[in-house]
Amino acid sequence: MHGRPRKVYKPEEEAASAAKAVKFRSLQSQFLSNHHNKIYTKEAIDLSTKLLEINPEAYTAWNYRKLAVEDTLSRQESDPDLVKSVLDEELKVVESSLKQNVKSYGAWHHRKWVLSKGHSSVGNELRLLNEFQTLDSRNFHAWNYRRFVVELTNRSKHDELKYTEFMIGNNISNYSAWHNRSVLLSSLLERKADGFMPSQKIPEEYELVHNAIFTDEDVQSGWFYHLWLLDQTVNVETPLLISSWPPHGSRINLSRAGCLNDSSSSSKLTTFPLILYFDQAVGGVSSSTVAIDSELKGIEDLVWEPVSNKNSQVSCVWVARLKYMSSEPCFFPKEYKVKVRIGNSPGIVSSRGFNFSVPYEFVFTARVEDTVQEEPREVIVSWTDGFDIWDAQSEDLKNLVNLDQLNGQMDFKWRQEAIAEEIDLFRTLPDSNSKIGKLTIARLLMAKATMSENDVKGVHYEEILKLYNDLMALDSTHYHYYKDEHSVALLRKVTSSTESLSRHLFRYSDMNNSVCLRLNNSSLSRIASVEKLLFVQMLDLSHNELHSTEGLEAMQLLSCLNLSHNRIRSFSALDSLRHLKQLRVLDVSHNHIGEHSVDTTRYLCSSPLSNSEWSQDEVGRRMTPSLVTKYWDAYFVLRDLNLKQLDIAGNVVAGEEFSSFVPQVVPTLVWLNGHKLRS
Amino acid sequence: MSSSSSSSSQMGELVADKHVRYILMSEKKKESFESVVMDHLRMNGAYWGLTTLDLLDKLPSVSVDEVVSWLLTCQHESGGFAGNTGHDPHVLYTLSAVQILALFDKLDILDVAKVSSYIAGLQNEDGSFSGDMWGEVDTRFSYIAICSLSILKCLDKINVEKAVDYIVSCKNLDGGFGCTPGAESHAGQIFCCVGALAITGSLHHVDKDLLGWWLCERQVKSGGLNGRPEKLPDVCYSWWVLSSLIMIDRVHWINKAKLVKFILDCQDLENGGISDRPDDAVDIFHTYFGVAGLSLLEYPGVKAIDPAYALPVDVINRILLTK
Repeated sequence: MHGRPRKVYKPEEEAASAAKAVKFRSLQSQFLSNHHNKIYTKEAIDLSTKLLEINPEAYTAWNYRKLAVEDTLSRQESDPDLVKSVLDEELKVVESSLKQNVKSYGAWHHRKWVLSKGHSSVGNELRLLNEFQTLDSRNFHAWNYRRFVVELTNRSKHDELKYTEFMIGNNISNYSAWHNRSVLLSSLLERKADGFMPSQKIPEEYELVHNAIFTDEDVQSGWFYHLWLLDQTVNVETPLLISSWPPHGSRINLSRAGCLNDSSSSSKLTTFPLILYFDQAVGGVSSSTVAIDSELKGIEDLVWEPVSNKNSQVSCVWVARLKYMSSEPCFFPKEYKVKVRIGNSPGIVSSRGFNFSVPYEFVFTARVEDTVQEEPREVIVSWTDGFDIWDAQSEDLKNLVNLDQLNGQMDFKWRQEAIAEEIDLFRTLPDSNSKIGKLTIARLLMAKATMSENDVKGVHYEEILKLYNDLMALDSTHYHYYKDEHSVALLRKVTSSTESLSRHLFRYSDMNNSVCLRLNNSSLSRIASVEKLLFVQMLDLSHNELHSTEGLEAMQLLSCLNLSHNRIRSFSALDSLRHLKQLRVLDVSHNHIGEHSVDTTRYLCSSPLSNSEWSQDEVGRRMTPSLVTKYWDAYFVLRDLNLKQLDIAGNVVAGEEFSSFVPQVVPTLVWLNGHKLRS
Repeated sequence: MSSSSSSSSQMGELVADKHVRYILMSEKKKESFESVVMDHLRMNGAYWGLTTLDLLDKLPSVSVDEVVSWLLTCQHESGGFAGNTGHDPHVLYTLSAVQILALFDKLDILDVAKVSSYIAGLQNEDGSFSGDMWGEVDTRFSYIAICSLSILKCLDKINVEKAVDYIVSCKNLDGGFGCTPGAESHAGQIFCCVGALAITGSLHHVDKDLLGWWLCERQVKSGGLNGRPEKLPDVCYSWWVLSSLIMIDRVHWINKAKLVKFILDCQDLENGGISDRPDDAVDIFHTYFGVAGLSLLEYPGVKAIDPAYALPVDVINRILLTK
């Protein structure tokens, strides 16, 4: 019951209600008896009309009427007048039912069904719709039916666009009309219809939406429409490559003992990851769309894989494992140039269907050193010492860090101008404490920063951070939304220049001088800007407010990760780590695992709950089924990691039972909670 | 920031016992007109009531045999279930029937091949689903088909890829989903689409930040959630919006304490039951959505509910996480 006041009914009201109920019940049982006995006489049909007048939701009565119509038509098909009168009667019943309950799914569908019988009343439909849409301008059934009729009658999109203007003019907070406008417009923009070039049409739409936002800042219709326009302004349709590993012009060292390579394979053929990072999810990355020129052996049968959910064939991040022979005897280090050419032949397509159309190439040098093969040392990795500061000016560092956006965007000018204009305008909002004003400026500045030269980015990020701080205080209900956006801006700022990034970069001396990024104690609640961090091998994110590792999957070189003292609530939140083939050390101590009954990453993790096949391995077969069910998230995530060192202390889950379960799931484990498991 | 715990001290409590009594009573009290016009969807009502009882740990107070034998009278030759004895079959009621049997751990009495064939037979060429033989298409039916077939472990009977493609074709520019391509986003519809994508392991199709912002802005000043912009809050959206936010890991973007308070304010403290808004008439639908919402908010004493399958977590884990 919606919107009916709670009250105590007087005895006479209850009696009246009961009498009505008795009447309806007898009507219903008569109707059902007619239905079951396939009685389609006029009296029987009239009875169903009566029933629907009282209760338009009685779906079986609509079904019955369809059977009755079909029955009549099968006998009278030759008489067009009679057919028309039968169908007219149906439309009449629908109309009066809708007047009783305009939200009746059954009634609206019945109308569609009647029209599908070839009834020619379509001209009438828009008139009726206008009536309903005037009474209830947000009714989504009516809007859906309108789109159906428009399609049926081939009414032009331009006319419908005018109708949305009319409806918006009547009521600026009619979200349904704004929505329909976005649907119509995006189709016209996509077709590049006459007068609908983005560079011309989008600035016009900004004008329109300003009316809504500036009339009443609380009208949400304008917010979402403005955000959509901003998206149209910032995002070019064609996918772009935004970073790669190794970066262009870099020189990387490959050896068996180093951490850059995947040392898990025991063959003489060693691999290292080649990473492509696009600005949007793409499919079709393969050896035919990505060409590699090099003397390095073993590049012929390169297999590209999307770094994403396994049901998905599209991803922003693609990885291939480049093989090289490390066993060839050579007394001097050997250098190979590797040239990667992307998009020379078509095939890389965004999930929205746009082609990667600007071919791009990058070159790096791989230096292969034949080192004496060492037994992998089973030392424990400590996060407290062994970190050497890195000189921001060092060539080593500049070699690894390449922060330039790879592809210049085209068609840039109107986009920059539109954003600059919007920023100016929103700064003039009368209420300087307007939530949507501040949020919009923050978003616009973020867009501007992306398009700006490196040296001015920092200024924008400073302002953005301040805006989000203000918003956290201003609109505490959505505190954590602003907090997450704040983290994104903070990471953008950190990664905006080599100098700011180098403050967080270290060399870990105990492990071959691994490149370590320390963002501990940074009040981060989410991860971003990963495309700038592909070179990182050790990552310290301890003492933050993270509740998921989403985003880290791109960091294919990562071998050690510290997530202690965060807000991880379940192992399913670590699902993205499954993609990190080189990850050996993981610290998730002092989190919230096992504390909560609600798991917010239950469906963002691949498991039988989300239609992933239960491929049971050797390990699984030997385990107690009830423990697998109980600790399913740990089981399905940890078994895919080749960890040597794991810390889970300080989590509710980490009792004795669980601690003995873990080594069974991760047979490679040597250290658990600082204790050596085997010698 | 501890905005989520500040107001808990002044909050009312869940009158669980009264809600249990209300549910058990409403099954017996059928003489009012309001209950008669709901007669055709008794199967849904049974699912709402029984799931609420289970969330409050009171399912044993119901006679399983009585429910199951009535439920079977609603099944048609086609395999589909009707909303009540004598009415026509439809997927809306077929899902409820499957869910009720799952609650009672009685799925084995079903002719699974028959039920799943009925549902699978309603998939259309474009991947969408009709609700019954009369061809109404809606993403609600996509969810229903996918959810029931997953519970019955028969997802292989449909073309999952096409089903997912159809749902994705209903995605809007605000990140939400509608009932058909081009239809406006609505929290109930978003739950259906996000739920279906969750169950099929396809949440990568969701723009989580865009949809998350739209969903978290459903919270209005009173703490309640509405289903679309510029609409009034309603307890039922505690379920539709919250479950969707949980599935895409963005539920921290709303203020949980304020929502708990809104739901508790909608209780009829005297006679039990929960209404859409404070001081409105209660019904079983909102009682279920209120309690389910509290479950998603980790309210003490309420069992955990699965955000995708809309059944208690222990029921779903028992079915899907044991071989």
